[in-house]
Amino acid sequence: MKQLLDWIGNRTGAGDLLRAGLYENIPGGARWRYVWGSTLVLTFFTQLITGMFLWMAYSPSTQTAWESVYYIEHQMQGGSLLRGIHHFTASAMVVLLALHLMQVVIDGAYRAPREFNFWIGLILMLLVLGLALTGYLLPWDQKGFWATSVATNLTGLAPGGEAVRQLAIGGTNYGHHTLTRFFALHAGLLPALLMFFLVLHLALFRRHGITAHRAKDRAAATLWPDQALKDGVACLAVLAVVVGLALWQKAELGAPADPASPYAAARPEWYFLFLFQMLKHFTGAQEFIGAIFIPALVVLVLFLMPLVGRWRLGHRFNAAFLLTLFGAAGFLTYQALHEDYYATWHNVEESQLAGDEKAIQRHRDRLAASRDFLSARHEARLEAERAIALAGSPRKIPPTGALSMLRADIKAQGRRLFRDHCTQCHAFSGTDTNRNMYVARPSASNLYGFATRQWIAGLLDPQRIDGDHYFGLTAHKDGEMVEWVKENIGEVDEEDRAGVMAEVELVAAALSAQAKLKVQAEQDQRDAEKIAQGEALLKDDFACIECHRFGGEGEREGPDLTGYGSWEWLVAFISSPEHERFYPETNDRMPSFAEHLDQPQRNTLTQEQIGILADWLRSEW
Amino acid sequence: MTNTAKTPVTKADAGAGRRSFFAAIIGFIIGLVPLASGLVVFLSPLRRKGRSAEFVPIATLDVVPDDGLPHRFPVIQAREDAWNRYPPAPIGAVYLVRPPGSGVPIAFTATCPHAGCFIGYRVGDEKFQCPCHTSAFQFDGLRIGGNQSVAPRDMDRLDVEVRQTTAESGLSLDKVFVKFQRFQTGRHEKTPLA
Repeated sequence: MKQLLDWIGNRTGAGDLLRAGLYENIPGGARWRYVWGSTLVLTFFTQLITGMFLWMAYSPSTQTAWESVYYIEHQMQGGSLLRGIHHFTASAMVVLLALHLMQVVIDGAYRAPREFNFWIGLILMLLVLGLALTGYLLPWDQKGFWATSVATNLTGLAPGGEAVRQLAIGGTNYGHHTLTRFFALHAGLLPALLMFFLVLHLALFRRHGITAHRAKDRAAATLWPDQALKDGVACLAVLAVVVGLALWQKAELGAPADPASPYAAARPEWYFLFLFQMLKHFTGAQEFIGAIFIPALVVLVLFLMPLVGRWRLGHRFNAAFLLTLFGAAGFLTYQALHEDYYATWHNVEESQLAGDEKAIQRHRDRLAASRDFLSARHEARLEAERAIALAGSPRKIPPTGALSMLRADIKAQGRRLFRDHCTQCHAFSGTDTNRNMYVARPSASNLYGFATRQWIAGLLDPQRIDGDHYFGLTAHKDGEMVEWVKENIGEVDEEDRAGVMAEVELVAAALSAQAKLKVQAEQDQRDAEKIAQGEALLKDDFACIECHRFGGEGEREGPDLTGYGSWEWLVAFISSPEHERFYPETNDRMPSFAEHLDQPQRNTLTQEQIGILADWLRSEW
Repeated sequence: MTNTAKTPVTKADAGAGRRSFFAAIIGFIIGLVPLASGLVVFLSPLRRKGRSAEFVPIATLDVVPDDGLPHRFPVIQAREDAWNRYPPAPIGAVYLVRPPGSGVPIAFTATCPHAGCFIGYRVGDEKFQCPCHTSAFQFDGLRIGGNQSVAPRDMDRLDVEVRQTTAESGLSLDKVFVKFQRFQTGRHEKTPLA
C-alpha cells in the first residue's frame, strides 16, 4: 500500500500537496474564529452532492417540474430528507456567508496583499445568491413561481434589463424554457463558476496564509490536527442543524404554479425578504432606486473595501458599513415579517384601541393586509395538500400535469372559484375551521353548509334569520321572509312552542332533502317518513307555497323551493338569480354569472365552472 | 477543548494522535451524510416492486386466421410512469401465430431475447428477422441456426388465454388475452422482469 502511494506520489506530487495542505502553518495556533471558510466549503460540497442526486430525479418542464419534485418529496424513499438537506443547506450557506464576510471585514483580512482574494470572495457570494434565486423557482410551485417572477420583472427595470429578463426566462412569458434555463444556470453554469472561483479563492488563501488574529500571544501550529478538528466540529454542527431541520420541518412544496391564479402570499426566501421589504419604501418610478440602484451601490462599496481600507479611518468605515448593512437587512426582515404576521401578533379588538384616528386607521390597514397574506397562505396550504393528495391517489397525475388535475378537481377548483367570485359578498365559515375562508367584508349570507338541515334550521330561526349569517347584511333583512319567520315561529305561545319547533325541524328536513346532498343521503333515506310529513307541512300548515313554488304548486314571490339546493337549482341560480324562478323582483346585488345562454363568451363563468362551484357548495368530491 | 487550544501545540504533541483520529472520523461523517442521503434515493428503484404482469386483451380470435403465419398486434394498456398515469395506449407489441386447426394462437413478444431489439416480420417473409444482430427465428419461435445463432434462446413465448367475452350489444366473442411481460435479455434462461 505504501509502495503504491509512493509510486503515485512520485509521479503526481499528490502526497506533497496533501502534506502542504495539512501541515500549513497557522501563526498563533488553531482558533474557532477561522472555521467559517471551512463550513462554507462543506455546505458547497453538500449542495453539490445532494444536488447531483436530486438532478437524477428532477425534470424541468412546466408539466413535470412540480410533478417530479412531488415524486421526490412524497414517493421516493429518502427523497424528503435529501431535498430537505439541499433546501436548508442553502439557507445555512447564506448565514455562513454573512458570518464569513463579517469576520473577514472585521479582521481586516481584505488588506494588501489579499485584495484579490476578497474580490473573489465577493464574486463567490454573488454566485451563491444567484444559486439561491434560481433554485427557488425549480419546484414550480406557486410560491417559487410568483416570487421569482417578481425578481425577474425587477431586472426589467435596469437599463437593458428587459432583454436580460427575456433571456433569463427564455421568452416574454414564463414557460418550459424558463425552467430549462434556470435549471441550466442552477445546476450547470453557476456551480461551474463557483467551483472555478473557489479554487482560485483557496489557492490565493494558501498563497497568503491565514490572517492571524493576535498571533503573538500563542505558539504557531499546523492545520492538522487542531484547526482541522475545530473546522470539523463546526462543520458537524452545521450539518446537524441542517439535518435536524430537514427532518423536523421538511422543505415546503406548494401547489403547482398557476399563472392564472394570483398568489397574495408571494414572498421570496427569507434571506431575500429585506430586499422585498425595501421595495415597499420606494413608490412609483423610484422603484428603480430600491430594486437596482441601492443593491448595486452596496455591492460596489463592498468591492471598494480593500481600497477604502488603506486609509486610517477606512477600515473603521468598512466595518461600520457592513454592520449597518446587516443591521438594516435584519431590521427590514423583521419589518416584513411583522407586517405579514401583524394579524397574528396584534389581533386587538377595535374597541380596545387607543390613540388618534390616524393610528387606528393604520392599525386597520395593517390588519387587513396581514389577513390577506395569512388567508392566501392558508388557501395555498389547502391547495398544496389537495394537489399532493390527488397526486398520491391511484389515479396519479395525468400526462397533462398537476395543474390540469387540480383545475378539474371539485374540491380545489370549486374553492378557488368561490374565493375569486363569491367572497366579495358571501361569508364562508363553520364548524370545520380548516375549510373556513377569510372574507374581508361579508355582505351576504354565509354559505358554509348551504342547504343542509342545520343551515335551513338556522334560516327558520327567528333569532338568526336577520343575523349576519343569513339576511342581516342584505336588503332582505326587512323582507317578507324575515317578517314571516319572526311572526309565525318567533311569536308562538309558550305551550305551543315545543310543537312548532318539532314542525320546523320536519320542514327543514324536507326542504334540505330537496337538495339531495351526498353528505346527507343516508340521513335522508332514514328519515323518509319525517321528510314526507315536512313536505305536507310546507304546503299546508306553514303555507310556504303562498309565496314560493313547491312541487308545481304555489306562487312566485320568493325563490322556487322545488329542488332547493340541488345541483341543477344551484347552477340555474348562480347563472341567473333574477330569473323568474328565483328573485325576479327582489334580487339584492347578486350578479348573474351566466345570463347569456346563446352567447357564452359574454358570461362571467362558464357552465362547467358553475357546475364545479355547485358541486363544491354541495361538498361533492 | 479550550484547554488544549490554549497550550502551545506542536505536531509531536501527545494528544495530537487522538485529535487526528477525531478529526478524521468527523471528516468521514460530514462527507458521508450528504452522500448517504443521496444514495438512498438513488438506489430506490432497486427497492421498488414493479406491477405483476396481467392478461391483456389483444384481439378477437377471428382476426387471427389459422394460417400458421405471424400477425402483429399492439398491446394496449394503461401505463404508470413515476408520477404519471397514462390512459390506455400501445405499450408494446406481440406476434400471434395460429397453427392450422388450432383454437388457441401462440403468442411471442416482439422483443428479441438477444439484446432487446424489435423483431421484424413482413408479410411474405419466411422467418422472423431481428434488424440488429442477425438473430432469426422460425414461425414457431425456434432460433434458426440453433446454438450458432447470436440469440441465446428461442423467442419468448407469452401465456395465452382465449376467453369468451360479451359485448354491450349482447354479442358473444372469443378474445385472445396475453400475459404481457418482459424478460431479461442475453441470457440462456427466460427470466421475467418484475
